[in-house]
This record gives sequence, C-alpha cells and structure tokens, in this order.
Amino acid sequence: MKFFYLVWSNLRRKKLRTSLTLLSVVVAFMLFGLLAAIQEALVGGVALAGADRLIVREKVSIINLLPASYEARMERIPGVDFATHQTWFGGIYQDPKNFFMQNPVEPEKFLKIHPEFILPADEEKAWLATRTGAIVGRRTAERFGWKIGDKVPIRSTIWTLPDGSYTWTFDIVGIFDGKDKGTDTTPLFFRYDYFDEARDQGSQSWGRGKVGWYTIRIKDPSQAAEVARRVDDEFANSSAETKTEPEGAFIQAWASQIGNIVLIVAAILGAVFFTILLVTGNTMAQAVRERTGELGVLKAIGFTNARIMALVLAESCLLAIIGGITGLGLARAITPVVAQKLAGLLPLFFLPTRALFIGLGLSIALGLVTGIVPALVAMRLRVADALRRM
Amino acid sequence: MNENATKNGALVDVEGVDKIFHRGSEDIHVLSGLNLRVPGGEFLALMGPSGSGKSTLLNLIGGLDRPTRGTVTIGGEKVDQLSDHALAFWRSRHIGFVFQLYNLMPMLTAERNVELPLLLTHLSRSERARHVESALTAVGLSHRTKHYPRTLSGGEQQRVGIARAIVTDPTLLLCDEPTGDLDRKSGDEILDLLQGLNREHGKTIVMVTHDPHASARASRTIYLNKGQLSNEPLK
Repeated sequence: MKFFYLVWSNLRRKKLRTSLTLLSVVVAFMLFGLLAAIQEALVGGVALAGADRLIVREKVSIINLLPASYEARMERIPGVDFATHQTWFGGIYQDPKNFFMQNPVEPEKFLKIHPEFILPADEEKAWLATRTGAIVGRRTAERFGWKIGDKVPIRSTIWTLPDGSYTWTFDIVGIFDGKDKGTDTTPLFFRYDYFDEARDQGSQSWGRGKVGWYTIRIKDPSQAAEVARRVDDEFANSSAETKTEPEGAFIQAWASQIGNIVLIVAAILGAVFFTILLVTGNTMAQAVRERTGELGVLKAIGFTNARIMALVLAESCLLAIIGGITGLGLARAITPVVAQKLAGLLPLFFLPTRALFIGLGLSIALGLVTGIVPALVAMRLRVADALRRM
Repeated sequence: MNENATKNGALVDVEGVDKIFHRGSEDIHVLSGLNLRVPGGEFLALMGPSGSGKSTLLNLIGGLDRPTRGTVTIGGEKVDQLSDHALAFWRSRHIGFVFQLYNLMPMLTAERNVELPLLLTHLSRSERARHVESALTAVGLSHRTKHYPRTLSGGEQQRVGIARAIVTDPTLLLCDEPTGDLDRKSGDEILDLLQGLNREHGKTIVMVTHDPHASARASRTIYLNKGQLSNEPLK
C-alpha cells in the first residue's frame, strides 16, 4: 500500500489523457453490464428452468393449438407425473406499450408445477373460489398500482367473449412473488375454465377445447429425454403432432428465434474490448515512454526491475479497475430504469451478480494485458541509458 | 557496507577497469585500464572535458553500469559481480545519487520525493516521516515539504535531491555535476551543503564537475582524459 500514492500520482500526471481513457473504459464496462442484462433477460430463464419440467408444443409451431384432451393421455404415459397447460391470451391493458403476459391456466396444477411462484394460501383459496379471479405478479401489480379486489379490464387481441367483445374483466384475487430474483413476476394468470367457457359460448369455435402448450412434470429428471420421446410417439401421425423438450431447451429455442444471443453479445463485447485494449494500451505505452528518465531514477535509488514492472502493471490495473467498477456501477444503476421501460418486453431485465464478478475479472485482465508490454519495457530499461533521457 | 573490508583501506576500489561501448560495428573505448581508490570520508572531485568518461566512471562506482573488464569494489563488495536484483538492493542501502538536473518526480511533493528511497525499507510510515523531516531539515527545506518541484527554485530542487540522496544515510554520495544547472549563489549553497555532509557527517563524496570553483571545495581533485586518470589537469 505504501507504493499506492506513487501509482496514483502517475495516473494523475496527465489528467485529460487519463480521464479520456478512463471514460472509454467506463463506457465499455457499462455496455458490458447492459448487454449482460439483455442476455440474462433473453436466456437467463434457462438456468432457472425446472429440471423436472417438459414443454410440449405443436410440432410445426407454437402458434398452432393442441387438443385439451391430450392432457389425460399424457398423464397415462410412463414417467409422467402430471400435465397442465397454458394458452397465449395476447391481452393489452389500456395501451399496447403496457405489454405483459396473461395466460389462462388450471390453478391447482399450475401452482403445483410452478413452485417458483409464491402465493399466500388465502389468496390461492380465493382464486379457486372465484371463476373470474386472476393472480398477478408483484412487479406488474406495482407497475399499475393494482391491489387485491380490483377489477382489471384487459383487451385480448385474439379471444372474444360470448357477446363478441374483446375486453375481459378479471378480479385480482392474489399477488404472487418470485422464489428467486430471476423469477418473472410480470405475468397475470387467470382460470382456464372461465376462458374456455367463454369460448364455448362465443363465435370462436376454432379455439374450443384447444390449448397453447403443455407443461409436464416428470417423475425422474434423468429420464427427461426418454419421456419426451414417449410423449411425441404417443401423438405421432395425429392431426396435431407434438414436439416435447426440457423447459430449458424450450426457453433457449424461444430466445434463439431472434438470433444467437450469446454470439451477438460476445461479438459486440469482443469489438468493444479490442478497441479499449488498444486505447488503454496506447495510454500506458505513452505514459511509460514519457517517463523513461524517472524510471531510471527509481532504478538508481534501488527499485528492482521486478518492482518497476509491478508499479507499471499496478497503474494499468488501477486504471482498468476504476473504469470497470464505475462502468458496472452505472450499468447497475441504469438497469432498473431500463427494466421499468421494458417490463413487458424483457421481464427479467436485471444485471446478475455473476456478471459483476465477470466484469471485475475482465477489468483486471484488461489492466494486465494493456500493462504487460509497457511494464516489460520499463523492466528492461538500462539505468544509465534511462537517466540520459531525463 | 563494511568500510574496513577493503584490502587497501579504500572505500572505493576501481581496479583495471575498461569500459567499451558498442555503436554499430564500432567499439568506443571510454575507460582503459583505469585504477582509482577513494578512502572513506574523502570528498573527491572528478574533472575532465566532455566525453572523457566522468559520468561513466560514476555510473560504474554507483552500480548503474558494469565494466567491460576489471573490478569495482565498494566497501569490500565486488559490485560488478552482483546480479541486477542484488545490485538494486545494494544501491538502495549504500549509494545516494545527486543529479545535475535534480531528477525529481514532478507529480510528488518535496517530502514524497525524499521518501522514495525509504519505501524500499521496512520502516513504518511514522518512521519514514521522521527520516524525511530530518533530511529536509538538514538541507534547510523544512518549510517547503508540501511544495511540488515546479514551485521550487533550481537551488531548492537540488536541495530536495540531496535530501533524497542522504535520507537512507548512505556511506557514499555520488554527485554528477550537482551545480551544473545552478547560478553561482545557489551553486555555492549546494557546495556548502555537500562540504558540511562530508566534514560534519563523514560522508564519502565523489563529485563529477566541470567547474574549478566547485572542485576547489573538494579535499582532492583528479582529472580524467581519454579514459585515463591523472592528478594534474590537462595542459
């Protein structure tokens, strides 16, 4: 620590140059943080996906519906504990930009298969007792100021009521929380029986008795592939063939519809960090070149080559770490604001803690890589030659 | 450094030293078979024309460079045989350098500049501060401790340079034209200071200079010309 002021004062020597370099590092790490949040929002669910859950969808496209009668057949397949379903409702609350997911579900089975949604027992009881009841995630409830007892009108873009209107009214009977930070608490779930009854009585006969997709709980996660194959075999050569896969793979495939997110993020970050590498490396090279004489003086008074090398590396690392921490801090501060704006589109938009640690590691690596060449140059300086350049 | 360890009682013993620099295919013989002995406690002035090898000799004595042939023994230690690491450690303990252009760190205050050699010791922060204060008081700059080099006059900067050189209490002070960049009055003050360090504190000083006025302050003056030493100036 006694050498810290020496390192710090060297960084402050050319304030403008250091500030500009620092700014570029800050921007790079802020971008890293935001891209990490986007990646988390798109594929983060893969890590949280239930290992004992399979998703069954129509083989060609998820927008094609499956018969509700499949549920009982699935539950007879060896290895399947039980099955339940959801259907895309596509509703809008007041304004299209207020997007969030609303799906009709079978309440008891839904809560049983999704233990990551935490709903108080009395609210669960109320949901089971209220045909028009709906439960909503904490985030959406807070976003729109909803509370239990509110009647919420939601306009479906697909499904009509028996009277032909598109506006469905739900009674908020429960507000659920997420078990983990990564749990999506933006959706609203309402009862399938209410939904299907309305379809029965209305004009949308094409949707009657059909559902969007199934979630199956299996008895042994290690048998997931085998059970998935059995499910697909069961419905092979039918009018609605199925594609069954683990929930994690389903989420991954969903995200992949807009491209290979990991590859895109890695490509952007690669370009950014390569540029930063050049900028910071140039700053450090200049800094060392300018004070060759001073390094000679330090060596003359007894600083060893190794210590000189360590001082230069410490300087480049300090610059990169300050920039890295500031950039990641800014990203951390910005993500909740962005998350509010993108609540419907990217409900899991947050900067994961592991990204902060990766970012910190990257900043140290950046410091070491950009400092190593100038540090070696400084280390190899011959004292007598260096003193002549004072 | 064991001052009594030398075989002939000299603190500095340069024996049969050649120094050859290579410039392309050309060999430049700067020092040839040079012998020099400096007893402990002496204030030696080394004079000679530009390019005569004065600074090269000073660098060899200070362990900043190595001879092509011959040996350099300081206080019984054959410094030309030490590794780079051991040599750096040895310098930090035994040599104080004073440079013509002061060579202070511009972004450090006077006290921080003086503290630099102490960073290589195991002294605590408060002990370092005490040594720094003593050194700056010894050179008459106890009132300028927080000043940066750019706010000090040339003479004051050189005093800081001397304080930095003596703060670890080295036995040997090597001064490379310490008054070369100063006006006469400031130069005299610096020479007074060096003379005081030699006479009152027993510091052995080897000073390179062009200035006969400066060499007159030394207890002995020798002359270097074309790589050879003599006790008489070049005619």
